[in-house]
Amino acid sequence: MDRNRQIVRNPRRIGGILLVGIPLAFLAYFFAYPLGAILIKSLVVDNRLDLTPFADVFSRGTLRGAIWFTVWQATASMLLTVLVALPTAYVFAHYRFRGKNLMKAAITVPFVLPTVVVATAFLALLGPTGVVDLSGTVWLILIAHVFFNFAVVVRTVGGFWGNLDPRLEEAARMLGAGRWRAFRTVTLPLLRPALAAAGSIVFLFTFTSFGVILILGGLRFSTIEVEIYRQTITYLRLPLAAALAVIQLIGVTSILVGYSAFQRRRAIELSLRPSHEVARVPRTLRDRLVVSGVLIFTTLFLGTPLALLVARSLRTSTGFGFAAYRSLATQTSALFVPPVEAIRNSLLIAFAATLLAVTVGMMAAVIVAYRTGLFSRTFDVLLMLPLGTSAVTIGFGFLVALGKPIDLRTSPILLPIAHALVAIPFVVRTAVPVMRSVRQELRDAAAMLGATPARVWRRIDLPMISRAGLIGAGFAFAISLGEFGATSFLARPATPTLPVAIFRLLGRPGTFAQALALATILMVLTALSMFVIERFRFGDVGEF
Amino acid sequence: MLEVRGLTVSFEGEPFMHDINLTVLDGTVLAVLGPSGSGKSTLLRAIAGLEHPDTGSISWNGESLNGVAPHARGFGLMFQDYALFPHMSVGANVEFGVEGRPGAARRVTAVLERVGLAGYEHRGVGRLSGGEQQRVALARALAPEPRVLMLDEPVGSLDRSLRERIVPELRELFVRLQITAVYVTHDQEEAFTVADQMVILRDGTIVQTGTPEQVWSSPANAWVAGFLGFSNLIDVVVTAGVATTSWGSFAVPDLEDGHHRVVVRESAIEAGGPLHGEVSQRRFRGGHYQVTIKMSDGSLLEAELGEAPGTGEPLAFEIVPAGVVGLPDEA
Repeated sequence: MDRNRQIVRNPRRIGGILLVGIPLAFLAYFFAYPLGAILIKSLVVDNRLDLTPFADVFSRGTLRGAIWFTVWQATASMLLTVLVALPTAYVFAHYRFRGKNLMKAAITVPFVLPTVVVATAFLALLGPTGVVDLSGTVWLILIAHVFFNFAVVVRTVGGFWGNLDPRLEEAARMLGAGRWRAFRTVTLPLLRPALAAAGSIVFLFTFTSFGVILILGGLRFSTIEVEIYRQTITYLRLPLAAALAVIQLIGVTSILVGYSAFQRRRAIELSLRPSHEVARVPRTLRDRLVVSGVLIFTTLFLGTPLALLVARSLRTSTGFGFAAYRSLATQTSALFVPPVEAIRNSLLIAFAATLLAVTVGMMAAVIVAYRTGLFSRTFDVLLMLPLGTSAVTIGFGFLVALGKPIDLRTSPILLPIAHALVAIPFVVRTAVPVMRSVRQELRDAAAMLGATPARVWRRIDLPMISRAGLIGAGFAFAISLGEFGATSFLARPATPTLPVAIFRLLGRPGTFAQALALATILMVLTALSMFVIERFRFGDVGEF
Repeated sequence: MLEVRGLTVSFEGEPFMHDINLTVLDGTVLAVLGPSGSGKSTLLRAIAGLEHPDTGSISWNGESLNGVAPHARGFGLMFQDYALFPHMSVGANVEFGVEGRPGAARRVTAVLERVGLAGYEHRGVGRLSGGEQQRVALARALAPEPRVLMLDEPVGSLDRSLRERIVPELRELFVRLQITAVYVTHDQEEAFTVADQMVILRDGTIVQTGTPEQVWSSPANAWVAGFLGFSNLIDVVVTAGVATTSWGSFAVPDLEDGHHRVVVRESAIEAGGPLHGEVSQRRFRGGHYQVTIKMSDGSLLEAELGEAPGTGEPLAFEIVPAGVVGLPDEA
């Protein structure tokens, strides 16, 4: 018996070291090292600490303006998104209706769409040739941000709201409170953690917004993220870009720290109820009006830009047709290769990135899910850091750091690595809750039925974990397809990815139709990978 | 006076409560008794205005409440599992219904004192024991002095000994404060203790109405008798005050001649007498034995006996006429 255990334990120890070691090494070399290189670049001159790049940032009016604009547009986007999405969250939490699951999946599509696709769609809808011309105004950016993050609020707040015991609000009503007072004094305070969670995520995403601002902001609106890109690519002012990256990193870290402090302070024990007990079929006239009104608004708001994107991509000078798509095979002045090449590049990179992200991410998830204590918790936070770091900073860091000791900057593996880094937090966040949700009683029950530990793992844990892995793979694939921030730094002119090709086509006169066609293709590819996720998702386990 | 007339509620197209009629007089307690799923909570929620009935009316002192919002009805509802606001203190929970009224703070103190929780104002509701939470919920429902207090299984999640202590306290409180109450429970002893009038609900229909004594002494049908815990339902033929079965006869002076279905209470079977059976099971209940008697034709009778022979032994017994109740014919 004891000897058996010894045999089982030893390989486990080696496996354990690998499980911890590989993700740690990956993060150290591809995340910590490039970030460190940026720090050194911006702060150290001739082996001495030098803060002049920071002074430089604040002495330039455009950069001060960019920092201010970054903060206020993120705040405005967050408030607007919560306001616009709250009614939909309410309807999803409180009512059952036909097609609800389909609709739930559909509203998630904008969130996972590449920024370049969304920006292109809004350019078609609200740009110079659109239905209403909002170009040059901040509204174009804000509306695109709301469109993007709509699902974050519906899923986070709606999910929480759907489990909130409806009797609490009913109790308030029975004590004489009207609808509004019951909402304000009971429901709203109880929703606060979910609102804070959704709000911080939206703030974080819009704080580091890149593609949307670059494409829709013109020369007038620019965020820190866009300035890092411009200072590097356009003006070659690397210390200035590095200083901006550091400022952005400080901003992101303070948001994350503040948020987690808030979460700890606000923890209230709630008696949550399964959502099927909360949701009901709309019965009164008021119910039906609310549900149909909100669903129509949601469909129009999320559907119109995408429908118009597809429609415009099919428009030709004489009517409708595939002319724009056919022209993708011919070379244009915007790219060194025919645009259709970009599809092949993106798919290859996405496969490689998915493989990397799932391998490293699942190893990390095992550590976070099955180990307890300080080490596991620290590891958990470490893994989340790439999520909070802007993709442009990661791309910039790769450019600065990965020339030595091995020059990876020209290697075809560079983009998959960068994409995997962005995707790993998603893989881990999807897998950990699933792994933790395997209840110990299930394992005990299997053991009592005579299963050996190995068989328990194979029959109980593994099937659930592999589904989580598939979901993570879908996310990683979608993320890699749409990744634009890091890619804009790293993609070589001869091998553009889809977002890069779309961006270049948008930047040249006369190739708008081709940009629309490529954006449509990218949207379809992304939607397909999301479809895979919805197929394998079980229940509402998982955090995205 | 609360009146419910012809109330029908359906869920997702399926009728769930049919033609409910009931009246609660001022200062009296109506117990709604029924097994789980019989529609007790739905009835309460409909009276509260939280559920929309298809047809029927709910009125207070002759004034219809149809279309009146829940918060405007002036009714109180104590929820099953209490639904205490988790983000508020005990005091804030109790004050919620009287907030802004003059003397609200004094009212909170007084109500908490009344339920035995004086000085609990600043405690968080998450740290309270089950019994304390129950009393906070009661205090919260009582504070606004509702015209009708509704209670949905108010002691359902407490353990047995606590329940047995609290239910008489509740009855005493209702009487002292002259509260008009609708009390929902699945436990007949609880209903008997607390009620002036009671209704028994089965599958969304009222099957019996009456005082606890009436319900106990003459169950409306075999289902009610079974639900009230009467296990001996026997088909007999009565001739001149004597009921005959395949295993023997016993006196039933109050029943007319003909076929009857009767309930024989467990306490009506006494040891020693003309009837004979065999002890098929004997369980000690502390103070008495619960005995299952097997009769010559294989049918079983349940009895409570002070002394009983062991399993397999013969038993002679009699059936006391006072413990035999005839059930009305079922259509």
